[in-house]
Amino acid sequence: MAITLTINRKKVSLDIDSNTPLLWALRDHVGLLGTKYGCGIAQCGACTVWVNGEPMRSCVLPISAVGNAQITTIEGLDPAGKHPVQEAWDELDVPQCGYCQAGQIMTAAALLKKNPRPSKQEIIDGMAGNICRCGTYHRIQEAVALAAKKVKK
Amino acid sequence: MKTSRRNFIQQTALFTSVFTLGFDWFESKGAAMAIANEPGRFNAFLSIDSTGKIRLYSPNPEIGQGIKTAFPVVVAEELDVDWKQVEVLQANLDTQNFERQLTGGSGALKHSWERLRKAGATVRQMMVKAAANQWKVDASTCKTSKGFVLGPSGQKASYGSLATEAAKIPVPSTVTYKDRKDYKIIGTRVRGVDNQAIVTGKPVFGIDIRKPDMVFAQIVRPPFGATLKSFSADDVKKMPGIIDVVSFKNKVAIVGKSTYEIMQARQNLTCSYGSDAPLESNETHQAWFDAGMKSDKATVQRKDGDFAKAISEAAKVIEATYECPFISHSPMEPMNFFADVKPGSVLLAGPTQVPQPAQKAVATLLGVPENTIQVELTKMGGGFGRRLSNDFALEAAELSSIIKKPVLVMWTREDDMGGGTYRPAVRYHFKAGIDVQGNITAFYLRGVGLNAGNSTRQDNFPVGAIDHVLIESVDQKSAVTTGPWRAPITNFLGFAEQAFLDEVAEAAGKDPIQMRLDLLARVKSNPVGKITYEPDRFAEVIRQVAEKSGWKKKPGVHQGFSVYYSHFSYVAQVAEVQVKNGKPQVTQVTAVTDCGEVVNLSGAENQVKGAIIDGMGHAMFAKLNIQAGVTSPTNFNAYRMIRGNEVPKIDAYFVNNGISPTGLGEPALPPTGGSIANAIYAATKKRFYKQPFY
Repeated sequence: MAITLTINRKKVSLDIDSNTPLLWALRDHVGLLGTKYGCGIAQCGACTVWVNGEPMRSCVLPISAVGNAQITTIEGLDPAGKHPVQEAWDELDVPQCGYCQAGQIMTAAALLKKNPRPSKQEIIDGMAGNICRCGTYHRIQEAVALAAKKVKK
Repeated sequence: MKTSRRNFIQQTALFTSVFTLGFDWFESKGAAMAIANEPGRFNAFLSIDSTGKIRLYSPNPEIGQGIKTAFPVVVAEELDVDWKQVEVLQANLDTQNFERQLTGGSGALKHSWERLRKAGATVRQMMVKAAANQWKVDASTCKTSKGFVLGPSGQKASYGSLATEAAKIPVPSTVTYKDRKDYKIIGTRVRGVDNQAIVTGKPVFGIDIRKPDMVFAQIVRPPFGATLKSFSADDVKKMPGIIDVVSFKNKVAIVGKSTYEIMQARQNLTCSYGSDAPLESNETHQAWFDAGMKSDKATVQRKDGDFAKAISEAAKVIEATYECPFISHSPMEPMNFFADVKPGSVLLAGPTQVPQPAQKAVATLLGVPENTIQVELTKMGGGFGRRLSNDFALEAAELSSIIKKPVLVMWTREDDMGGGTYRPAVRYHFKAGIDVQGNITAFYLRGVGLNAGNSTRQDNFPVGAIDHVLIESVDQKSAVTTGPWRAPITNFLGFAEQAFLDEVAEAAGKDPIQMRLDLLARVKSNPVGKITYEPDRFAEVIRQVAEKSGWKKKPGVHQGFSVYYSHFSYVAQVAEVQVKNGKPQVTQVTAVTDCGEVVNLSGAENQVKGAIIDGMGHAMFAKLNIQAGVTSPTNFNAYRMIRGNEVPKIDAYFVNNGISPTGLGEPALPPTGGSIANAIYAATKKRFYKQPFY
């Protein structure tokens, strides 16, 4: 039975197993490859997307549970890369390999939506769920702070 | 620097067909023709076409070390163009035009520095000559700036406008490089050339490969040391989306239309394994370490003086044993590879640190000529040495040849963590003798490694400063597959040695920094045997880190020192520990690095901070267990990775002495375990002898 999802403001109809995790629906069936697979068990955060603006681990979220919710992926954040978080990520040259960064950015942007002026500790705690194997943690934290300043302006 | 025309071509260059030289060489290189016919391709590293478009080609695989940015920075500097003008492209495997097209050993900039400078400087000179000819002035009266040639009377011509004429200029036999004081790009902070692609989620990784008619596959691999006896795939094949189930080399491949369908079907696969010898477990490995330490068949790696006599005469003897387990590389992007094997042609694509060996190995496997195999390079979601083993590329090629389809083989995290090729497990035993003045007179190291090769670095410091030295290694073969892991061998040896020297310094009643400086002074004045390091550069990073960290000048802060030389670079560290709520907490690491010229300061800082976090996380937390040939844990719920709320402040400084660049992807890692362990000891009086610490 076909399931209709709303992804980056577009309706997409998928005729696949409704247990399919959103991650694999995005990657293998919708063709949005920016959301990454890291662990498959909601431990690393590489697959983070927004569901109704809330950061969620798409690797463990079956599409049957998504319903009519608005899904936002890294491709939908700002395709031109002008979101303050994207700009801050580039300015501070955060990425090394870059693989985890889509999940980091989606987590960071959601954090700032909820808390536009996070303290240093709130940034550290808010980003602690996302693993970066290259160890870009300092720049991630600095970039979230920089993005917060950009939002304030 | 003098260059013969032929050498220049062999080293770096490939010329457009308007170019009037070396065509016999040129025409023999069939695979290179596509590049050669591209308008404005002056050499392998750069093209400038008549519209002014400047493209720089980065040949080495990008794994997060920043080479795709650093290489073009060097070319652009010597070409003298504005960094904003250039477009950087990843070159695919091209053995005709590039050398050492690989990522490993922190060797890329060291190897290619001269080649990159020459590629840029040569074309800059050709542009100048073309302009001088046009203006009928002497070339020596012309200058360049930001992609323009400037003449003596205010003439100005862009490289683009000169490109066609410049391509006809003979390649200069002498190339002049910029003085480093005139550098405009080198040494600045240059942002990664792929940042925009990354922050907008562009499909740039191996896992993102999508080709027409491509199918997906996952492969079930046997326990280490086991063989596949039989498997039952009937219930797998019935599952939706499954195309085929095939077996090769003790593995079972499930081929399907999508990842999730394969994951579901895979749960129905039953495999039966056997083995000729008992399968290995942690206990097996412990017994092998014990035996290796007692073995009288160790390989002597280095012998200076008479260690046995010197240790028997020592006033004090210090001994310690250190041990580390197998660990996984765990790059965030699990292994994956694409292959399309057709009669007469093979396409390989994906994340490999070593594309040329992939091409060779697949040629051998399939019995086809190497030049029928094309290898496309993708960005890699990390590697840390894992992608130096091309097992994943061979699997993909073999599977594609069996199923006769283009296939992307995907490893799950569990496959990746459970499937090798691990950092070898190693045990070290150190012994040092000191005299009544506290000088080290005798030094002994035996390393027993499991598939580690020579687990020592016998010519590295403190060897060279001690009269009586014996260094031995024992390599025990294991069915557990191993391979290089960021800073191979030294990722643990560096910790063990630096922790041991801290104990020696304490026993000798010396400051650990002063002890190193005294040893290096000895090396400089009167070295013992062969050494691989430069004592002056070694001493300089030590002096600088003492100053920058405020060594022993911070009340209430417990400090630990370490220093290590690897990949031709020197890194000294001071770690700081503060006791909070009764627990030691690593609050800061100060690192001073001598990697010669710093090409991209932003990238360099990333490598140092990343390597320190990597070294710290794995020293504290990482451990794989082997039971009956099977690895555990296999995912991040139990295999603990360091997180952003666990990292200390890190200050990274560079000596930046202008010496030609040396390695930076690895050298900051080996000293890390030592500086942290020594700082924790300073705070708690507890020494660590095993990794992981916790």
